[in-house]
Amino acid sequence: MGKDIVLKANNINKYFREPTLFHVLKDISFEIETGEFVSIMGKSGCGKSTLLYILSTMDTDYEGQLLLSGDDLSLKTADELAYIRNRDIGFIFQFHYLLQEFTVLENVMLPAKKLGIKSLQEIEHDAMEKLRLLGIADQAKKLSMRISGGQKQRVAIARALINSPSIIMGDEPTGNLDSKNSQNVFSILKELSQEEKLSLLVVTHDLDFAKKTNRIIEMADGRVV
Amino acid sequence: MNYSIILGIAKTHLISRLKQSAIAALGVTFGIGTFITLVSFMTGLNGLLDGLILNRTPHVHLYNEIKISEKQPIDFIAQPEKELSVIRSIRPKFNQLRIHNALPILEYLNKDKRVKGAIPQITVQVFYKAGSVNLNGILNGIKPLEEDRLFSLGDYIIKGEAQLLKNTPSGIIIGAGIADKLKLDMGDRVYLTAPNGGLFQLKIVGLYQSGLAEIDDIQSFVNVKMAQRIVGQSDNYITDINIKLYDLEESVPMAKQLSQQFNISARDIKAANAQFETGTSIRNIITYAVSVTLLIVAGFGIYNILNMLIYEKMNDIAILKATGFSGKDVQQIFISQAMIIGVLGGILGLGVGFFLSVLISHTPFETDALPTIKTFPVNFNPAYYVIGILFALVATFLAGYLPSRRARDLDPVEIIRGQ
Ligand SMILES: Nc1ncnc2c1ncn2[C@@H]1O[C@H](COP(=O)(O)OP(=O)(O)OP(=O)(O)O)[C@@H](O)[C@H]1O
Ligand SMILES: [Mg+2]
Repeated sequence: MGKDIVLKANNINKYFREPTLFHVLKDISFEIETGEFVSIMGKSGCGKSTLLYILSTMDTDYEGQLLLSGDDLSLKTADELAYIRNRDIGFIFQFHYLLQEFTVLENVMLPAKKLGIKSLQEIEHDAMEKLRLLGIADQAKKLSMRISGGQKQRVAIARALINSPSIIMGDEPTGNLDSKNSQNVFSILKELSQEEKLSLLVVTHDLDFAKKTNRIIEMADGRVV
Repeated sequence: MNYSIILGIAKTHLISRLKQSAIAALGVTFGIGTFITLVSFMTGLNGLLDGLILNRTPHVHLYNEIKISEKQPIDFIAQPEKELSVIRSIRPKFNQLRIHNALPILEYLNKDKRVKGAIPQITVQVFYKAGSVNLNGILNGIKPLEEDRLFSLGDYIIKGEAQLLKNTPSGIIIGAGIADKLKLDMGDRVYLTAPNGGLFQLKIVGLYQSGLAEIDDIQSFVNVKMAQRIVGQSDNYITDINIKLYDLEESVPMAKQLSQQFNISARDIKAANAQFETGTSIRNIITYAVSVTLLIVAGFGIYNILNMLIYEKMNDIAILKATGFSGKDVQQIFISQAMIIGVLGGILGLGVGFFLSVLISHTPFETDALPTIKTFPVNFNPAYYVIGILFALVATFLAGYLPSRRARDLDPVEIIRGQ
């Protein structure tokens, strides 16, 4: 075997039917190994976000095969996919998507509570651990709408980490941050991939950022080039 | 575990929109509170109005009616198959008012399991004398305590009591209208002229007021024995038998049976008060119609609030779905919010309804028709509170269901793209 494949895409095709038939993704195939830090680059509108929504199982309207740790995702029901998203996939958005009226700590704990494997104390302990790792433990009790953009993005990363997923995906996770903050977030991700053997797949426009990752997947006009 | 998370999220959403949530809940409170108040008050009034007539009316009344004989003398000799007999100017046969064999009939009736009580009554036409004035009147010979037990006589005695009449053989409970006209009061003496001309002196031990002037102006009550003395008859002279049953519905078949069995006129309560049930059911329909309308309005309130909330919480829905909550979980979050609004609003509504009902039941309400009633009648039946809360739950569930389904079906990708 040698290589351990966490995510494998096989001939993914996607069409938008509205307003006119539009072939967005064309025969996309690639693999990501466990512990690999991969970035996706490409011109605006080439289909990066669309691909990521499919890989993260939120979009099921596609053709082709998708394997997560060898498990065929194209055959699963919506509820099964929700469970897989909860347990195996961490997602970081461009806009720091947090539940506004919940505290930072609650936001991080929520996916673990939903998974329901650990006790509440363990979950809280783990969540604090992740926040400490990202250097925002002191913000834990604040409402998530009352912290800065960079802090929010780090909370989102902590939330993506809480269930120790097989892979973390990010759609321009630093796109909304200033260069200092995006440096910061990048180094956190890099560290995680090296020290925790975490697999990462990140869409970015930042070439400097991409160059520091293990591998760049270049996209153009709906294809991998 | 899962449900406690969902409830936690629902609670946080509601608290973050406290004002709107409170307004939605108050809508339910208003609907349920009005329902409880209306239904308690309306059924209280219904009970009172029903009682006004139904309590006083015998379920079956046995008497001798003046009527023509079914079989005329000629029918005994003619052969109806072959001949046609024509009779002109038929007159009623002289009937005695007394019921034949009344005492054995009474005994028989009081042994019947369906019968709560059967009591004799003697109706006598009299004149009340005051100086040279003769007032037309009707005297009822009754058994005071039985009459009170079965037909709530006591509720209409505004002075004195039934027991006093029983203890005073020559006592009389006199209609308030007569007392007024003759300027008589408790303890005074009243003179009566019997049908056969005899003069009797009776002592007033009570005043009777039914609220119907035409009754209060003529009717008085004496003991059975006294009435028999006034008509100059022995103690088997009884003109009416009043029967109260355990089950009102039995009155029709019972009347039919007794009428045939004893060859006597028998009138059941339904024939006597046919219009009555109609009034009751119309009042009930109005009550429920008003309450349901209010609840529908409250339901639209909840529907609106929830739709708004879902619109505001698009991001939350996308995040929850992206982090592994299923469509069903999200639906439950919003249904829970509707139900929390419904339960809190509903319980508060029950409280408000109860409070208003208590208030109404302490509001003075005096009317000549109901001498013993001092405040408005209110029916505190727990069943209405159960119906009320069920109403609230069903209405809020329905109002929450459609919006929550929308939340369930929202596509997180579309929301995230929308940013
Ligand atoms: N719901 C939709 N219906 C129709 N066309 C769509 C829809 N969403 C996206 N598209 C089109 O699909 C193409 C790919 O969109 P996508 O968002 O994946 O681009 P992207 O590579 O992420 O671009 P960017 O770098 O600007 O974020 C675009 O041309 C866009 O116009
Ligand atoms: Mg994009």
